Amino acid sequence: MPMLTVNNLKVARGGIPVLDIPHFELEAGESLAILGPNGAGKTTFLLTLARLLIYSQGELLFKGQDISLPELTVPYRRRLAMVFQEPLLLNTTVFNNVAAGLKIRRMAKQEIEKRVSKYAELLKITHLLNRDARKLSGGEAQRTNLARAFATEPEMILLDEPFANLDAPSRDSLIDDLHSILRQTETTAILATHDRLEALRLADRLAVMDGGKIVQIGACHEVMNHPVNEVAASFVGMETVFSGYVLKVADGSFVVAVAGHAVEALGNVEKGERVLCCIRPENIIISHDNAMEGTSVRNNLPAKIVKIIPQGSFFKVHLDCGFFLAGYVTQQSLENLSLKEGKNVTVSFKATAVHVIRREK
Amino acid sequence: MDLIVDGFLKAFHLLISLDREVLGITLLSLQVSGLATMISLFLGISCGTAVALTEFPGRNLVVSLINAGMALPPVVVGLFVTVFFWRNGPFGFMELLYTPAAMVVAQTIIATPIVTGITLAAMQSLPKKLRLQILALGATRPQMLLILMREAQLPLLAAIMAGFGGVISEVGASIMVGGNIKGYSRVLTTATVMETSRGNFDMAIALSIILLFFVFLINLALTLIQQRERPR
Repeated sequence: MPMLTVNNLKVARGGIPVLDIPHFELEAGESLAILGPNGAGKTTFLLTLARLLIYSQGELLFKGQDISLPELTVPYRRRLAMVFQEPLLLNTTVFNNVAAGLKIRRMAKQEIEKRVSKYAELLKITHLLNRDARKLSGGEAQRTNLARAFATEPEMILLDEPFANLDAPSRDSLIDDLHSILRQTETTAILATHDRLEALRLADRLAVMDGGKIVQIGACHEVMNHPVNEVAASFVGMETVFSGYVLKVADGSFVVAVAGHAVEALGNVEKGERVLCCIRPENIIISHDNAMEGTSVRNNLPAKIVKIIPQGSFFKVHLDCGFFLAGYVTQQSLENLSLKEGKNVTVSFKATAVHVIRREK
Repeated sequence: MDLIVDGFLKAFHLLISLDREVLGITLLSLQVSGLATMISLFLGISCGTAVALTEFPGRNLVVSLINAGMALPPVVVGLFVTVFFWRNGPFGFMELLYTPAAMVVAQTIIATPIVTGITLAAMQSLPKKLRLQILALGATRPQMLLILMREAQLPLLAAIMAGFGGVISEVGASIMVGGNIKGYSRVLTTATVMETSRGNFDMAIALSIILLFFVFLINLALTLIQQRERPR
């Protein structure tokens, strides 16, 4: 039996539908990441699952039990935990914060102390337990928040962009710790985020939300490699998305006309059909004077460098070849090829690097 | 100048000799204003919290009415309480006019909007999502309200100080609905007004000093609690 089943769920705000989930299932012990832009309905979905938001229509089953009855709300909430983007700590010590959920459950004092010290240790905040919660750094506060959530030993935990406000180093270490705690406690988890790397590090499955709907859900590799639409594509890192129509079809490969160029790709499409083509920046090759001609790379297009943006250890190059393209290059390549903004180059990518999304008719 | 020095001397004498009349007036002041503050805390904190946490049409109007109520003139309150408790008034049958009970009613009406307004502001200053977070931790509604009040305790202490300060020093309403009856409904402020009008400045000064002393004492106690809880 799934841990959580959602059927025909609809939420409206001021008469405007903000969430529409025909069907959704979550298995016990699984972690799911929900990716999507701001306003996609991720938070609304999590709040609804936590029974913190009234839904106008739908069915919510937790381990097969309908939990829509009002008298079941508090007992149901006590079986799960929710972590928000802001730590929202209470105005007291770290210990009392971690113990907050347990005190609400009127747990015995000894048991509370045991639980607090266990989860403080897991989240590496034992040395902070006597500190004032208002004097913590962002990372420490979010660790306290997570300890407070895990201390109640929830069957399911809902995480709403818990790392969004943290600096990179605290974020990285916290993601690693959260990953090991989720594995160790076998807690079912849903993580809302707009960071695909965060999602990939923590989740077994990925869902992409847009406009209050789940547009795609599946195993990580499946969603990453086969996004079903433009939003999903951009959220799994396929930065280059362009549309064109199919010029000719032959033996599983086909040619798409895009802004005056012919781009070769693989897939089953029909002639004359409009399609979206997506390419990851890591699959783009930049060279001079058509250097890739005569190799197995099928697409070689003239392009102009629009912008070069440093990304830490590498650079992202924005290219204009009648349509927009993005590619990654290393510092070395940048220097060896003396790439500069405004320079004319050749852009190459294999037909297999093009992911094709068929436009709905 | 002699007048003031005499006043202070007399006040000192009255205080250390524990004059029965002064003692009675002081006790009644504390009882009436203390009770009125307590009732207004109950009403004001409930109303303020309710308005802070709910959305309803006309909410802004209610909030502005509460804020305007914080500056309710005591004489206006006194007038209406008198009219309502007048023999032929709607509550005339209760025969409360010119009793300490009527003073408690009037002072409660003065203090409640003050407490409500400060509670409202205090509750609204808490992050909106905090309520959801507390509920997500498994709290029942009463548990959530209790935790929210604990979170807002510093401004809520200010509500107590402002409410008590407002009524202990109020004179207009008390004199109108209490009648300043000797040994029955005479409090520090009404007695001060009377003694001043009679030219008994020494007595008036003595009463004023007592009044100031209690206002200071109660605020000191609350301030100590507040400053202990202050984020350092």
